[in-house]
Amino acid sequence: MPFIPHTPADEQAMLEQVGVDSIAALFAEIPAELRMGDSPALTHGEAMSEMAMLRWMGERAEQDAGLICFAGAGCYDHHVPAAVWDIAGRGEFMTAYTPYQAEASQGTLQLVFEYQSMMCALTAMDASNASVYDGASGLAEAILMAVRKAARKSRSRRVLMAETLHPHYRDAARNIVTNQGVEIETLPMAEGRCDLQRLPGDAPLAAVVVQQPNFFGLLEDVDRLTDWAKGQGATVVGVVNPLTLSVLKPPGQWGESGADIACGDGQPFGAPMSSGGPSFGFICAKAALTRQLPGRIIGQTEDASGRVGYSLTLQAREQHIRRGKATSNICTNQGLLVTAAAVHMALMGAKGLAAAASASRANTLRLVERLTAVKGVRQLFPGPCFHECALALPRPAGEVLDALLDRGILGGVSLTKHFPELGNALLVCATEKRSDNEIDAYAKALNSVIAG
Amino acid sequence: MSTIFDLGQPGRNAAAQCAGPDGEALAGLPEAALRTAAPALPEVSELQAVRHYTNLSAKNFSIDGQFYPLGSCTMKYNPRGAHRAASLPGFLGRHPLAPERASQGFMGCLFALQEILKEVTGMAAVSLTPMAGAQGEFAGVAMIRAYHRARGDLERHEILTPDAAHGTNPATAVMCGYTVREVAVDGNGDVDLDALKAAVGPQTAGLMMTNPSTCGVFERQVVQIAQVVHDAGGLLYYDGANLNAILGKVRPADMGFDVLHLNLHKTFATPHGGGGPGAGPVGVGERLLPHLPVPVVARNEDGYRWLTEDDIPGTIGRLSAFAGNAGILLRALAYALMLGRAGMDRVSDFAVLNAAYLATRLKAAGFELAYPNRAATHEFILTLAANAKAHGVSAMDFAKRLLDFGIHAPTTYFPLLVPECFLIEPTETECREELDRFVDAMTAIAEEAERDPENLRTAPHNLPVGRLDDVKAARDLKLRWMPG
Repeated sequence: MPFIPHTPADEQAMLEQVGVDSIAALFAEIPAELRMGDSPALTHGEAMSEMAMLRWMGERAEQDAGLICFAGAGCYDHHVPAAVWDIAGRGEFMTAYTPYQAEASQGTLQLVFEYQSMMCALTAMDASNASVYDGASGLAEAILMAVRKAARKSRSRRVLMAETLHPHYRDAARNIVTNQGVEIETLPMAEGRCDLQRLPGDAPLAAVVVQQPNFFGLLEDVDRLTDWAKGQGATVVGVVNPLTLSVLKPPGQWGESGADIACGDGQPFGAPMSSGGPSFGFICAKAALTRQLPGRIIGQTEDASGRVGYSLTLQAREQHIRRGKATSNICTNQGLLVTAAAVHMALMGAKGLAAAASASRANTLRLVERLTAVKGVRQLFPGPCFHECALALPRPAGEVLDALLDRGILGGVSLTKHFPELGNALLVCATEKRSDNEIDAYAKALNSVIAG
Repeated sequence: MSTIFDLGQPGRNAAAQCAGPDGEALAGLPEAALRTAAPALPEVSELQAVRHYTNLSAKNFSIDGQFYPLGSCTMKYNPRGAHRAASLPGFLGRHPLAPERASQGFMGCLFALQEILKEVTGMAAVSLTPMAGAQGEFAGVAMIRAYHRARGDLERHEILTPDAAHGTNPATAVMCGYTVREVAVDGNGDVDLDALKAAVGPQTAGLMMTNPSTCGVFERQVVQIAQVVHDAGGLLYYDGANLNAILGKVRPADMGFDVLHLNLHKTFATPHGGGGPGAGPVGVGERLLPHLPVPVVARNEDGYRWLTEDDIPGTIGRLSAFAGNAGILLRALAYALMLGRAGMDRVSDFAVLNAAYLATRLKAAGFELAYPNRAATHEFILTLAANAKAHGVSAMDFAKRLLDFGIHAPTTYFPLLVPECFLIEPTETECREELDRFVDAMTAIAEEAERDPENLRTAPHNLPVGRLDDVKAARDLKLRWMPG
């Protein structure tokens, strides 16, 4: 019996101890009419050995493998140091539960405390939680923090969200927060960036949400946007790629007094693309918002003899204590990915992260230069991009991507579905992992696809 | 133990992790957009980092290292084969927005898992995207809301939960814009049917419950409960936290539930990761089909394709940037494949046998069961109220002392309605000797409570730190490292 250690003799002795004659008798309290007659008719059938399962799964993994990835849009093909998953994959981290028993969980607790410290340093914020699910759902939590804060002042439930935010983030955040009567308005874009000429006036705002670099890889004027939003009494939420914070101004320093909340997806820190999950969402905030943070937070404390230790703190915000009055319903978070991210950041250091960010930008610039040399292909928006760039194509992006697949290239992400008004537009990215040869191969393939 | 920051020296770094000279590619970016000072991250060598985190790992209890009878959390063995399967390069290297044509292997896996979960729950359809149990609950209650709204039934503003429910249930209802009314649980651990009848009405959107309940007993009146809620126009939500007790035995759909979530990190053996990630797929009956969260995988003659907002216009939409915790879904599938059809109900067979055996032995050893007239399910509750009264030692003291025996403590003080309680869930993957060792440890601690209660109150004694001061942690908030 897979993963069940009982011998027939164990089973017999245990049944005797309990005082019943069969395992079926243990289920006697379940009304007979509810019970299934037989085992579930699983279409996948009989049990596989580990070897057979790995073969079955391996065939399917192999089916999708081998593409050279030039897609980004919130999930990036960065190098992950070998040590990251050797550490995060240790059973002591991977098979532990949430650290409710602090004395038996000091490994996880200290690591998350270190993670919180690193994230505060990167974002220039005062407090970090121990993670939420991902960047998109994390944005929803950040908005709800702002709305709770506004409830004590302007009572506004209006949120202004940049059109240049990742469209999936906009969708997910809207789907989550509108259940609580939050209204989302859009700050329109001009030339791929927030249109500062079209900032709304009048009614108070609970939050303003801006992404840096934005969905198209462009840099927003976050200083002006922050100062304007604060002038409106709004909480400023910065959605950021943590890798870029190794070189870009951190949200805590935007404008005169900084954004209030920084959130985003931690995938660039040690998480393989893995079809977009698991990664983790992070939320960091200025001190005034610490008690509005959702989910777990680790604090440093000591034991009776003065030894330093770590434990879950401010638990009165959480669902297992406050139930319906909690700041969020989140319970399980993305702990193991935070473990990987902490090891990743420690190994890379500020220098290694800046090198990866910079090398990704260099590769993307080279890629854009090569691709825009193809006839009819041009950069869609003016202005410098970071490590992603939107291109205009002479043919529908979906067709081009399809033809590139035949040449072993995942050529980017089509913008047609979410931004049909942009025409035949494609979002491309080249991380530090892309070699010159791969970039050449893409340019040649695109040339033949477009010429063909 | 020092933090990673304390180990560093200015200028030290792991040079092999530098992808190239920094800064050269920043030309052309506006000065105002750039960082003026490097972030204060650790400055350590690769060996220092590896050694530091390896040493930290040794300060954790884990399933791999210790028995972990944590009630309601289903801490069963996490098969390494499933981890290996999800870590295959083809899976790890797949970009979430890769076209369907280049994703048939992965999508085929998700489709297979959807089908398996439909079969074990009896639901009409499954969406795998929720990233944990609480997000599954959110999806489920948001669907209930969408259902009533689509029918123009706008007066239903209340969600009912038993007062013993998991904290996520009321928290979720509030996140979905509902008010919560709690329904009492009677002395046998069953929902008080009269109280439920008095509570339902035209304001009732639905009832959230788990079965077996958080009291560790099977809710015998579940069919009547479903009837009462349905008659009032509400829907019934199944919190799948306790599915391990009935896997392959009873399908939630047959109990009358309209919508549910499963915790794959419990029932389907994916690792808890020190807090996550999990996965909380949702299943629905016919009535909620039009509202299922996207994306979902469908199969037609050409292969697999994603169903999105275009295919399910009444969907509650997407709840994450991509398609949920894919890697966890793959682990759960690998586990299900290794169990096969016959392995499914063996899970509940032996989960319940282990719990019943442990309950019987603890009772024989003099411990008090909270529901002595009820059969244990996959878990059961002890109350240590008598020990607390006689010797002044709390359930918390027992829990901390157990850690000294190399056993993770059961869930303490939940459900709140049982005083000084332990919620104990051994799972099916523990052998009899390990259960016996737990009884021996509990017996030794109970004896010690009579002889030397102070030793319990000051426990643990054999761990890297003694009992930590939670009050200080909250009062003198220190949430990040600061230089010396």
